[in-house]
Amino acid sequence: MSRSNTLAIAAVVILIALALLPFVAEKFTVQFATRILIMAIFAMSLNLLVGHAGLVSLGHAAYFGIAGYCLALSSPQYQAANFWTSLPLAMIAAGALALAIGALVLRTSGIYFIMATLAFAQMLHSLLHDTGIAGGSDGIFIYARPDIGFFGWRAFDLEKFGDFYFVVLALFVVVFGFIGVLRASLFGRVIAGIRVNEPRMRSLGFATFRYKLVCFVLAGMLAGLAGYLAAVQFGVVNPDMLGWHFSGAVLMMVILGGMGTLAGPVIGSAAMLLLEIGFQSLPAVDGINPGKHWQLPMGIAIVLVALYLPNGLTGLLRRGRADE
Amino acid sequence: MDFATFLIQLLNAVQYGLLLFLIAGGLTLILGIMGIINLAHGSFYMVGAYLAWSLSMHLGSLWLAIPAGIVLSVILGLLLEWLLIRRLYRLGHLQQVLLTYGLILIVEELRSIIWGDDVHGVPMPELLSASIPLTDTLAYPVYRLWISAVCVVFALLLYVLIQRTRLGMMIRAGASNREMVQSLGIDIDLLYRFVFALGVALAALAGMIAAPVSSVFPAMGNQVLIVCFAVVVIGGIGSVKGALVGALLIGLVDTFGKVTELPIGGLRFLPELAGMSVYLLMAVVLLWRPAGLFGKSS
Amino acid sequence: MQDNQNIEERKMQNRKRRELLIGASALAGASLLSPIARAQSAKLRVGLMLPYTGTYAQLGAAIENGFRLALDQSGGKFGGREVEFFKVDDESEPSKATDNANRLITRDKVDVLVGSVHSGVAIGMLKVAKESGTLMLIPNAGADAATGALCTPNVFRTSFSNWQPVHPLGKVMVDRGHKKAVFITWKYAAGEESLASFKEGYAAAGATVVKELFVPFPNVEFQALLTEIAAIKPDAVACFFAGGGAVKFVKDYAAAGLKDKVPLYGSGFLTEGVLSAQGDAAEGLVTTLHYADSLDNPRNKAFRAAYGKAYKTEPDVYSMQGYDTGLLLAQALGKVKGDIGNQKAVIAAMEGALIDSPRGQWKMSKAHNPIQDIYLRRVEKGDNKVIGVAWKALEDPARGCRM
Repeated sequence: MSRSNTLAIAAVVILIALALLPFVAEKFTVQFATRILIMAIFAMSLNLLVGHAGLVSLGHAAYFGIAGYCLALSSPQYQAANFWTSLPLAMIAAGALALAIGALVLRTSGIYFIMATLAFAQMLHSLLHDTGIAGGSDGIFIYARPDIGFFGWRAFDLEKFGDFYFVVLALFVVVFGFIGVLRASLFGRVIAGIRVNEPRMRSLGFATFRYKLVCFVLAGMLAGLAGYLAAVQFGVVNPDMLGWHFSGAVLMMVILGGMGTLAGPVIGSAAMLLLEIGFQSLPAVDGINPGKHWQLPMGIAIVLVALYLPNGLTGLLRRGRADE
Repeated sequence: MDFATFLIQLLNAVQYGLLLFLIAGGLTLILGIMGIINLAHGSFYMVGAYLAWSLSMHLGSLWLAIPAGIVLSVILGLLLEWLLIRRLYRLGHLQQVLLTYGLILIVEELRSIIWGDDVHGVPMPELLSASIPLTDTLAYPVYRLWISAVCVVFALLLYVLIQRTRLGMMIRAGASNREMVQSLGIDIDLLYRFVFALGVALAALAGMIAAPVSSVFPAMGNQVLIVCFAVVVIGGIGSVKGALVGALLIGLVDTFGKVTELPIGGLRFLPELAGMSVYLLMAVVLLWRPAGLFGKSS
Repeated sequence: MQDNQNIEERKMQNRKRRELLIGASALAGASLLSPIARAQSAKLRVGLMLPYTGTYAQLGAAIENGFRLALDQSGGKFGGREVEFFKVDDESEPSKATDNANRLITRDKVDVLVGSVHSGVAIGMLKVAKESGTLMLIPNAGADAATGALCTPNVFRTSFSNWQPVHPLGKVMVDRGHKKAVFITWKYAAGEESLASFKEGYAAAGATVVKELFVPFPNVEFQALLTEIAAIKPDAVACFFAGGGAVKFVKDYAAAGLKDKVPLYGSGFLTEGVLSAQGDAAEGLVTTLHYADSLDNPRNKAFRAAYGKAYKTEPDVYSMQGYDTGLLLAQALGKVKGDIGNQKAVIAAMEGALIDSPRGQWKMSKAHNPIQDIYLRRVEKGDNKVIGVAWKALEDPARGCRM
């Protein structure tokens, strides 16, 4: 059997398992799985920048957060927004922001690029946190989840956790497929070439700045999709969704999973969230409550990954194939 | 704003800027000379503050706590560099960001385990607890003047170290060409260890002297860290002089931004956007002159 | 060639096996998260969602201590049932609020949700409690909307609304001759609601707020604004700060020499649980709050003695609120003989409860917020001494509540 066949079968198996989840698992598990899928979309969007294009962004949460805020601001108070208008709006807002910021930060490189992405994200964070234009440091609550009805036909009700899960799963599959196709396309291969050797790509005639910008905008829009879904799930948007702490956490997921691979960010986000909840659930022993201090083992895990797992978890798996 | 108030606000701005410089000075050295993005730098500031609190309780006074704290933070810096940071030299920025991010979590939780989560006040030393009346309503705390004085002293010491000593020369050389310095027989590992420990100690010192006026509370390093990155970027990565100028600039923008009323449209443009303006400045510098005001343009 | 093919095939199989294994273990792990089938237990499941870290950590601990004291005094049982605690650190982070509350309700299946300190967090919890119908008790967070625009039958508050403690302060200040004041606070819901309430009371007493100063939450760098206050030279300054911010503000205010020139007032959170950290800087500060350590009634004396004995530390308003939350639960569950499933009866019991609290007796308003006396206190020798009652039986106006 060829390799792509095996992977396809594995993918179908996992997909079926995921699709069956709401019927076998209980509410909390399904909600947790939804959260993982949303973070996976976010991580995949960052992977497009970090893994494929080699652009280390420490401000990716800005696009995640702005989409969430877009939903919150476009929702009439105490009522549901229209899914079919609010989602594209949020993604376009995230994309526009990415276009504006990308056009500026992509003029820099290396450490200056990292600092620049950080600066712009913090600017946005300060704007939302310090002023009252969007609820300040408390953020805005979204009281009703968007209405996914299509001219009266409501196949799903996002207020139901099972329905919401299916919608998120469907979007996840679409994004996964999209990125897979993108990677294999000419665009994807040019981006990969830019990561490896940008001057060479330029000498071959490619307008590298434009390619990087398009990549940046795409990554921003997908981050916006994730941010929109997260806002729907949590029911609240708040400046910390754009903060550097969150940008750092999603970067961690990308690296933990394995940069540059398709499944890496998905594995990374699942692993990170499972680790978080695992550490938090550690039982108390002799009056010492390790669950309370879960960030300690988490921090140690992050340090170990940084030092010893440059290729992430998928790299570990691939080591089994090292003899090829 | 009358002139007296203006002068006092200027004093406030300078004091804030000088304290920022102490923290950012270490950060710029670590970034410029060792090439390490140290996200955990704010945590060292916090460690310094907690050290000031617990040491002054055990030793009885802040005067004893500060030297003891400096020694402890130097040891901490040396240990961290030897254990973790030195493995980052051959790795990329990504790994640095990640490792130091993990370090933040670790330090935060260790702090929580060792010292708890309560907010604490650190008493000012008797000698410095007075206030000098400046206007009929406002008095300026002597302690804040002392903070500025300490920062100035350390700024000078840093200058002398970097520009006038052999060690400083080695540090500057190591920044431009690591291999060359090594081939000259200078132990660059030891040099980097020293620089890192110096950076940690400066941040911790800032935390210690600021503790009586800032009080000691969890997550106090987070805000400071990002502002320090702004200082480093504006001043120029690796330039101590740049860090001083950048810090003072930010002190001015932040302080005067907070008290100026400049409504534009319906938005209270200032003071609400004072915080944002710091990062705006950072972004402008990055785009227009990435090397910063005093950095080396490559 | 054949050997290579065999190797290739084996590698494929290994890879496939590995991937399936990973998928399976991920699923297994996920389902392990679903709690093992539990026999219907007689224990009452109480979910505590409080800040155990961050600037409000001290308050979270105090609330839990007070709650546990009430449980102990009730024979270790509420309505005849033992209590099992489920705790979550809300880190005073509104963004994680719905997630954390969800965990307690759907995973840990708590019967009653208790929390939080931060208003933003409480609103998030309220949203989840509203959806799931779980009983929720708020032991501190003062967000006006919780018993106002967002009031819900299954949500009760045992503390205060942001509107309450500061409302009488305006009249107090006018009575002392301060007609032009500056108000300074953090820019977040609790600060803004305090300001709004203060302005209302101050205007009603015929005075004006000449300047409103805000500090981003939880920033504690006040120096520039203190200089600004000195330049304005108001009759007095009123404020809202709590926890670590209160410590710093009071100390900075004194260090700037303003303490004797421009009197400082505030709602009582300014001096709650932080007096020892504030030291001399707090001496003489006049505040209004629905409680004071030195309240001279038998209930308070007994409470303070019992708390001191159990926890070797002095209780404060937060401990008292936690205590009252326990009292309310004890009373209501006692009435329904522990049957918390009978929510209608539980709600009716809570609505009609008369709480014999260390702060004095109080009842629930229609919007499920305490109707209580607001005391006038002054710091004397490191203690909040009660010097009067600023307002008797103050009820929150519950604006927008449709219950």
